[in-house]
Amino acid sequence: MIESAEITINRRVPLPENNLRIGVFVCDCGSNIAGTVDTEAVKEYAAGLPGVTAAIRNKYTCADPGQKEIQQAIAEHNLNRVVVASCSPISYEVIFRKCIEGAGLNPYLLEMANIREHCSWVTPGDKEAATEKAKKTVKVAVARSRWLIPEDEEQIQMTDAALVIGAGVAGIQAALDLADSGHQVYLVEKNPSIGGIMAQLDKVYPDIECSI
Amino acid sequence: MMDVGRHPNIKLLTFSEVEDISGYVGNFNVRIRKKARFVDETECTSCGDCAVVCPIVIPDEYQVGLGSRRAIFLPFPQAVPSAYIVNAYECLGQNPIACGKCIEACEKSCIDFAMQDVIINVDVGAVIVATGMDLYDPTPLDEYGYTSFPNVLTSLEFERLICTGGPLEGKLGRPSDLAFPKRIGFIQCVGSRTQDPERGNPYCSNICCMNTIKTTQYLKDAYPEVESTVFYTDLRAFGKGFEELLMRSKGNGVIYIRGLPGDVGEDPLTGNLNLTVENTNTNRLENYSFDMLVLAVGVVPAANTETIRQMVSLSKSPSGFLREAHPKLRPVDTPTKGVFIAGGVESPKDVRGSVTQASAAASRASILLNKDQFSVDAITAVIDEDLCKNCGICADVCPFSAILWKKGEPAEVITAACTGCGTCSAECKYNAILMRHFSDQTIYAQIDAMLEDDPGDTIVTFACNWCSYAGADTAGVGRMNYPPHASIIRTMCSARVSPEFVWYAFRKGAPVVLVSGCHYVDCHYIDANRSTTRRVDGLWDGLDKAGIDRSRLMLEWCSAAEGARWQHIMNQAEETRLAVTPDMIQHTRSQLQEVRVPGPRNPRVKDESQPAIFQCLVCGEEWSGIYQSDQERSCPSCRSNSVHWIRSR
Repeated sequence: MIESAEITINRRVPLPENNLRIGVFVCDCGSNIAGTVDTEAVKEYAAGLPGVTAAIRNKYTCADPGQKEIQQAIAEHNLNRVVVASCSPISYEVIFRKCIEGAGLNPYLLEMANIREHCSWVTPGDKEAATEKAKKTVKVAVARSRWLIPEDEEQIQMTDAALVIGAGVAGIQAALDLADSGHQVYLVEKNPSIGGIMAQLDKVYPDIECSI
Repeated sequence: MMDVGRHPNIKLLTFSEVEDISGYVGNFNVRIRKKARFVDETECTSCGDCAVVCPIVIPDEYQVGLGSRRAIFLPFPQAVPSAYIVNAYECLGQNPIACGKCIEACEKSCIDFAMQDVIINVDVGAVIVATGMDLYDPTPLDEYGYTSFPNVLTSLEFERLICTGGPLEGKLGRPSDLAFPKRIGFIQCVGSRTQDPERGNPYCSNICCMNTIKTTQYLKDAYPEVESTVFYTDLRAFGKGFEELLMRSKGNGVIYIRGLPGDVGEDPLTGNLNLTVENTNTNRLENYSFDMLVLAVGVVPAANTETIRQMVSLSKSPSGFLREAHPKLRPVDTPTKGVFIAGGVESPKDVRGSVTQASAAASRASILLNKDQFSVDAITAVIDEDLCKNCGICADVCPFSAILWKKGEPAEVITAACTGCGTCSAECKYNAILMRHFSDQTIYAQIDAMLEDDPGDTIVTFACNWCSYAGADTAGVGRMNYPPHASIIRTMCSARVSPEFVWYAFRKGAPVVLVSGCHYVDCHYIDANRSTTRRVDGLWDGLDKAGIDRSRLMLEWCSAAEGARWQHIMNQAEETRLAVTPDMIQHTRSQLQEVRVPGPRNPRVKDESQPAIFQCLVCGEEWSGIYQSDQERSCPSCRSNSVHWIRSR
């Protein structure tokens, strides 16, 4: 895969497994993608990429039927990587991670190919160029997915106490709210009394009430 | 305030300072110095017998110098804790020859001159920084006569003057002769909204308009005969009930003049203040005479903000106030997990704003504290001890101080504090740091895939998750058409982009490589993208040495909102791509086999500020100026950030 001999790479990532079973899900997004990109051609192309076991086209991959198709395909084809070619991972990665987790895969085995925001929407009126760009985007995502490995989120112990630095009106309120919620609070003030600027004010707006 | 002192869940430590915070979310270790107060605060009944006998008289800070106190004093009548304190620097001492009068006067024997500072160590899961703000000192604005004329006061001094707990016990009088001031002028925007750094700050201080409006209305209520005149730039009365209060004060006869006076003079006989102002509503010069003048001073970050900021690795806004994690969606979170901000430390704000933000911060902290355990994102750095050469450079570049390193030992990542930016991994020349989920392997595989067929058609584009990738999304949402040759590699931060990735792309035939990320002020990893700039500077050096056109490596900052900028960058990159011929690509490939390219610039060498000559690599514009490592560089004519610089002689 990586041809340059001079590149040494951290050893902890294992070489791609021989039994890679990648599923690629190409989303029409109604006409948002399919209006500009030949999604059928992208699906066919994806099916021919090394390691790809299943390539499936969905009308809306993020909708319930689309997510079900992913979960069924994971079971049916025994998939161990999932590439969703649809929209931006910033909005949808969370959803698809949960989806594959629901089918028993580690959520970090998901990769997304953004063929909407970065492709169909910015290449209007040029179906050929948009389709080529979408194919390449899927190819790059599939290549990355080969090197993904399951990742576990570390569990951290929480000390149930808070430090509030500064006992002006903000620090006082934060400390009281936390303390009323049952948490131990250490409220530290550099001056001999709490109160801050608020304690120096006579009246406060808009009702001209006393400050303290 | 009283509730705080009595609450069973609050340990109140006054006259105390946080000296150090180490650890990470869920597990912070805090060292607090409780300074010696020389009075036992649990025993003191604040009877005041001690202060009566104290011979030292000092201007009272609480009354902003308008009243006096003794060296042993109660900060103010409602103080919490309600206990006296000795200022050791002012006190004559306990030696009976010198003084020691207070010790004799205290029936309960609360005064203890042998008291020492106490160091208190506590463990906490979350930290709320609420260190507040300071008022702008109007001394530099001498034309208003603050330092020369006794009847020119700041807004806070005037607040003390009219307060029933103030030095005149609520009677209105002016400082020079205690005469009743019938005509009072207010000057707004003192130290605020100026582009001249000698004269204050560029931002609006938020509270001063409403504070003045409140004061004028209060004066109308208490002393109907007082004539108040307010000189303003704009009146900002945007909050709930604010416009109503402004209308009330106008209805009661307070005069509002749009225009700020040029200077203020004093009549030496009467102590009255004379000023001339251009009324910009009438376009006339008008003369005024007042018995007193109040300067509506703005606010500035509190003096100790920088100390706290460095202690918990926070970032600051250009104004010096602390920066929130996200201006809209995470306004009380900070980039450091488990640390929250509230009140004036974040931006100038009033009591209501501070209270609202404090409740929000408490609620955000509660979400964490309510858990026994919590999981952290798996995108973190892992150090391979077999490959680590113990150099410690990763600990130097980590913006979050999440890497522990001792000389001669392998570095160690505190997983809970690691935010996954990848700065360390890109810096490590021994490839000893694995970024989980964004491993070198995944990135090389992406470069291979995009350059496998027709590499000359591909703009290899690195985009950071938070800004430039999102900016490209915004371009899509706005249906902004641009050429289809960019192929994007998403990383969490541009600082994940190792120079090796760029060399690899050029070796594989890339015509153009674009590295993009957040603007300096937006960096989601404090200042990680300064590492990106340093590396790109080094890559430009290397390209030049190898005889390769530097302009083929572009560096661009683009925020999540700047869809049009992304489109512009894409068009610029396409122009550069079209200028790269197959021969040039072939030449690059052979050069990079033969020429040994220099490594990245050393992060330990800081070029902070120096005269420089700049050149835009996109449009060729050249100019001279001052290079500053903490400021992003951009071309004045084409706005590109691909700006090369050399020291000028």
